[in-house]
Amino acid sequence: MTTLTHFQRLEAESIDIFREGIADSTRPVMLYSMGKDSSVMLHLAMKAFYPSMPPFPLLHVDTTWKFREMIEFRETITKKLGLELIVHVNPEALAMAINPFVHGSAVHTDLWKTQGLKQALGKFGFDAAFGGARRDEERSRAKERIFSFRSAQSRWDPKMQRPELWRLYNARKNKGESVRVFPLSNWTELDIWQYIHRENIPIVPLYFARKRPVIMRDGVLIMVDDDRMPLHHGETPVMRKVRFRTLGCYPLTGAIESEADTLPAIIEEMLRAKTSERQGRVIDFDSTGSMEKKKQEGYF
Amino acid sequence: MPHGSDPASRKTADALESREHKSLLRFITCGSVDDGKSTLIGRLLYESKMLYEDQLVALAADSRKFGTQGGDLDFALLLDGLNAEREQGITIDVAYRFFATDTRHFIVADTPGHEQYTRNMVTGASTASVAVILVDARKGVLTQTRRHSYLASLLGIRKVALVINKLDLVGYSREVFDRIEAEYRGFSREIGFEDAVCVPVSALKGDNITALSANTSWYHGPTLMEYLDRVEIEDEVQDAPFRMPVQWVNRPNSDFRGFSGRIVGGCVRPGDRIRVLPSGKESTVTRIVTRDGDLANAAAGQSITITLGDDVDISRGDMLAAAASPAGIADQLQAMIIWMNEEEMLPGRSYLLKIGAKTVGATIATPKYKVNVNTLEHLAARTLHLNEIGVCNINLDQPIAFDPYAQNRDTGGFILIDRLTGSTIGAGLLHFALRRSQNIHWQAIDVGKDAHALLKGQKPCVVWVTGLSGAGKSTIANLVEKRLHARGRHTYLLDGDNVRHGLNKDLGFTEADRVENIRRVAEVARLMVDAGLIVLVSFISPFAAERRMARALVTPGEFCEVFVDTPLSVAEQRDPKGFYRKARRGELKNFTGIDSPYERPENPEIRIDTTVSAPEEAAAMIVAHLIAMGVLDPP
Repeated sequence: MTTLTHFQRLEAESIDIFREGIADSTRPVMLYSMGKDSSVMLHLAMKAFYPSMPPFPLLHVDTTWKFREMIEFRETITKKLGLELIVHVNPEALAMAINPFVHGSAVHTDLWKTQGLKQALGKFGFDAAFGGARRDEERSRAKERIFSFRSAQSRWDPKMQRPELWRLYNARKNKGESVRVFPLSNWTELDIWQYIHRENIPIVPLYFARKRPVIMRDGVLIMVDDDRMPLHHGETPVMRKVRFRTLGCYPLTGAIESEADTLPAIIEEMLRAKTSERQGRVIDFDSTGSMEKKKQEGYF
Repeated sequence: MPHGSDPASRKTADALESREHKSLLRFITCGSVDDGKSTLIGRLLYESKMLYEDQLVALAADSRKFGTQGGDLDFALLLDGLNAEREQGITIDVAYRFFATDTRHFIVADTPGHEQYTRNMVTGASTASVAVILVDARKGVLTQTRRHSYLASLLGIRKVALVINKLDLVGYSREVFDRIEAEYRGFSREIGFEDAVCVPVSALKGDNITALSANTSWYHGPTLMEYLDRVEIEDEVQDAPFRMPVQWVNRPNSDFRGFSGRIVGGCVRPGDRIRVLPSGKESTVTRIVTRDGDLANAAAGQSITITLGDDVDISRGDMLAAAASPAGIADQLQAMIIWMNEEEMLPGRSYLLKIGAKTVGATIATPKYKVNVNTLEHLAARTLHLNEIGVCNINLDQPIAFDPYAQNRDTGGFILIDRLTGSTIGAGLLHFALRRSQNIHWQAIDVGKDAHALLKGQKPCVVWVTGLSGAGKSTIANLVEKRLHARGRHTYLLDGDNVRHGLNKDLGFTEADRVENIRRVAEVARLMVDAGLIVLVSFISPFAAERRMARALVTPGEFCEVFVDTPLSVAEQRDPKGFYRKARRGELKNFTGIDSPYERPENPEIRIDTTVSAPEEAAAMIVAHLIAMGVLDPP
């Protein structure tokens, strides 16, 4: 009798989900954020369809406030793998010059990400979107299905979700409706790191500890990635050895002080970790249940 | 790879290595409201050190705000993920949680205990191999305990731990524990659990969760965590015959043709003979292709791509099976069905059935019986309502490959999908193929539809006239038939009232009977088209699903849907048979337009507004359309 290893099981399930995800879809897409989860998801997509290429493009909903290294990484990886990349920037947010300093994290996230994503899905007519969300990330995620059905208005109704039995996923939808598909649903943060290590998956260097210019604001270490960041009186960027456990818009992403500059060191730090990764995301602090609200409005 | 060689890194590397080889146990927790399920799982997460400091800080804050433990940590709040739930203090959907010990990874499906959420429990149980069932020591084995145990057993779970919780509230009484254990053991054998382990617990205080408690010195069994760590999970599908539903035909270029899927039974090696189902063609496996290189063998659970030695026609939904022990093939089967939709099951309506990677059309017959999940009694039933379970025969519009659910969950379990909304409305467990499925074949008949039609010198079709009672359907259909008859066409008019006097006189006006009414008349219309006739059907036919079914029974181009569109107020004013008056007085139940819905056709071939067109004009419009369809010659 054969017993699969932990990663054989996780990998096989994710591949299965990818293949089902394209089956009932006319125009699938993979949301690509350059984060560690996206990197693992992309690696699995390459495996799922091999020797064919993944039969869908990647979509990055850009906010213009991502770390510069993330954008460089995006260009390098997609070129190397020969994948089609679509970058969408919400033209309204661009015209209004929405930024987290003036408009706050809630408005910033809503316009750039939530509305930007809806625009992109509508513009290209994508009816199935793969996303890298994991059930261990946050309480409301634990109740998310692997195939998460969205109304024509992109809304998520937790009470209207389809029951998901065995490995039978129901991706049927009417015109205008769409489905979000989460191949990493059953992965944990530690799984992600260990798999990156094991499979030698390239990730954005920001995950590794380096000396970087940071300021302390509202108890969060923020890296000053470019000169658009308005500094308050008395704030002077100082070089500290930091890394990021999660990546997003640089003004909204907290760094942690760390010496972990290799994958084993990161994993060791993980194993000793005392804070969960979403603490680095300023948007989650808005209020209790904030992820649930964002999801109902159409945030990934 | 940037591996360090210092002792600390070595230790981490070892820990990670062992992590890769831990087995996985998926289990489900169930119990009634307030039995303390969420507290128990929260406690397991806490004890297995899966909580981060910030989660503990948030938990402490939430405990003060919403908690029921007087400011102490309320572990239940870790799990009640949605705001709506946190406010009501109940869990309303299945949540999946992860934790690990030194020996195993665990995925817990946390499912709610309310009566109306059987659906969620079945969902959680479908992938679980162990059930952890909670009872409140003060209440003992309840009706819900029996129901949850039965459902777990039905879905194929054979191992169960009965957690007798809140033992602190009965003074850690051994008598209470013994009494509940004895009662449950008798019951658990009855429903087919191999083994039930009963653990005395206080989830709140932590007794016997990870360490044996001094409060229950009389107890010598395992702690709950020990049980979960050690319970044997035999992986039957590994020893089963090879099965792989084809999810995707992999064709990167003209030189490569592979079949991608996940193995759901047995294993496979290059050189193995396989049979393609349902076509029955055989071939030999040449390669097992993955991006990490070709494999020498692959086993149940793995996602692979297979190439074959012969050029066999295979598409998504087909199954590759061991040639020596292939799966069954049938289009009529018996199944246990769990209904999960607010609207009742409609025998005769065409639903979609998904099994493996295949989706087919399915109609379900009137249940043979339904099961009272509390007493396990078999009861007579005409339909299944939300959360009801029953045994039914199902009819498919094409054959599927399958195994009985008891042998393989993945090749024997299916879901039912509503064609209109796309929702998952039910689930089923296949029992066996009906013998008539194997023994009734289509008799090849030499004189076919074309021959019948040729002799009559006409092109057969169905003119399906739908609309409210009193809309004017029969008047119009009658006029059309007169015109066709005058042109020397062979016709027949099936009228709702007339058919209900004979063929359908056993049917009433419930939603289920209306569906069957239309199913029968649609089948009759099909036979008449086969006989070469132009068939006029004048039926209210209120549901879009059945009209679609009637259309699908004949060849495209042979169906003409006529919507006689009369506003309800107008039809009610005409009221030629006095039905509306009766319905308004409450003397006639389920009357279309009054207390039973009419779903307007969205794209009929012809729409007749009777407030504008007289019946003669309407008849002329239909005849003109039949000319356009090529059914009638131009005058």
